[in-house]
Amino acid sequence: MTGQAPGGGAAAVGHQLRHQLPLLLWLVLVWNLLWGTWSWANLLSGVVVALAVTLLLPLPPVVGGLTVRPLQVLAFAGAFLVDLVSSGAQVAWQTLRPRGIDRSAIIRVQLRTDSDLLLTIISEAVTLVPGSMVIDMDRENRTLAMHILHAEDEQDLERQRASVLTVEERVVRAFGSPDEVAALSAGASARDLGERRRTP
Amino acid sequence: MTAVSWAAYLLLGSGALLTLVRLALGPSLLDRVVATDTLLVIIAAGLAVHAALQRDPTVVPVLVVVSLLAFVGSVSVARYIGGMLIHSHLGTESPDAEPPAGETGESR
Amino acid sequence: MSGIDGVADGIAIVLVLLGALLCLTAGLGLVRFPDVLARMHAGTKPQVLGVLLIMVGGAIRLQGWSATWMLLLVAVFQMLTAPVSAHMISRVAYRRRHVRRDRLLVDELHTGERSDRVYRGDEPADAPPEEPGRALAESRREEQAEDGAG
Repeated sequence: MTGQAPGGGAAAVGHQLRHQLPLLLWLVLVWNLLWGTWSWANLLSGVVVALAVTLLLPLPPVVGGLTVRPLQVLAFAGAFLVDLVSSGAQVAWQTLRPRGIDRSAIIRVQLRTDSDLLLTIISEAVTLVPGSMVIDMDRENRTLAMHILHAEDEQDLERQRASVLTVEERVVRAFGSPDEVAALSAGASARDLGERRRTP
Repeated sequence: MTAVSWAAYLLLGSGALLTLVRLALGPSLLDRVVATDTLLVIIAAGLAVHAALQRDPTVVPVLVVVSLLAFVGSVSVARYIGGMLIHSHLGTESPDAEPPAGETGESR
Repeated sequence: MSGIDGVADGIAIVLVLLGALLCLTAGLGLVRFPDVLARMHAGTKPQVLGVLLIMVGGAIRLQGWSATWMLLLVAVFQMLTAPVSAHMISRVAYRRRHVRRDRLLVDELHTGERSDRVYRGDEPADAPPEEPGRALAESRREEQAEDGAG
């Protein structure tokens, strides 16, 4: 997005560099944070180290970029923090209370997005929220297998599924491209139909 | 302030002791990995508590190292055990257990 | 000035104590919960929140930006790495059948194959199977059938 259009034989290098640019910026930022102070020397040495790292230890490029919508990102972050605190308190209470936990569950959740990056963010967010943990993911069918710490009955499972889907919706609205947001609502309506058909 | 630091260290110390109990009991390697991970993070938390209560920023770089060490340690052990899993499937076990191809692909 | 400082210090101390309490619950859950997956919930999750709280408390107490930035970095690393290690360990735990199936309400990842139920740990300290006697007898019978056929 920010890189200029490269010309001629340098096209491949430029393309690669543009894909690596966020990573480079992140590495420079981390380098400066590690030093703790900001100076030109730190910035320059950070650029050198970041270039060395990305050239010597190349990573596969991440397919598909992110479109960041600041407002929605804030909404996602806020909701995520609320989730983190509330379910953290819940899990802490479950460890403290005398009867502990009784039953867990492993469920599959059908997601609607089809982007590696978004799926990664979704599973990170789901795993960070206490009480749910991603065990495995079927990339082709876009299903997430997750372990739930506390599940009394079917209702709990449905609630967990719904909450994962809400997290997905927030992530896609924050970072997804317009197509993916559209796919989200289409998938949601299809899912609702399926639900209604299944439980009349 | 001394009361606060006593309370904080008491909480952290008993948490660390409990993780040590789990580390000793096991029963499996994975339980011990989880316990070690938790123990390292509790140590990092203790360092941060010291830094916060004494206003002493010298331990902060150690904090970075400890918290990264916990991650690297648990991931490498998990990969090690995953490797043993592949061996046990490719080796003497009956071939109908699980598709080992998916596992070799994923546990990189 | 001192009033503001007092309030900030009070908030920081409350945050630090809360974080320490969460670390204690992590240890408690680690001891009390029945299987590896549940213990991972106890070990990794309250811990993330607890460490975040302690880092925020420390950032309030420590003046000077360099320490604050480094604490922020620790918090970010923690949030990025904790899910990854939790996921890797839990996947290995599931594949090695360290799951107490009798404590599960449903298991939708379970493929239903018979060999999936049978315990085949190759390490003495592996967790016990869900029904030790039955599962072992079943696997013996399978082995004998295979031997007889082959």
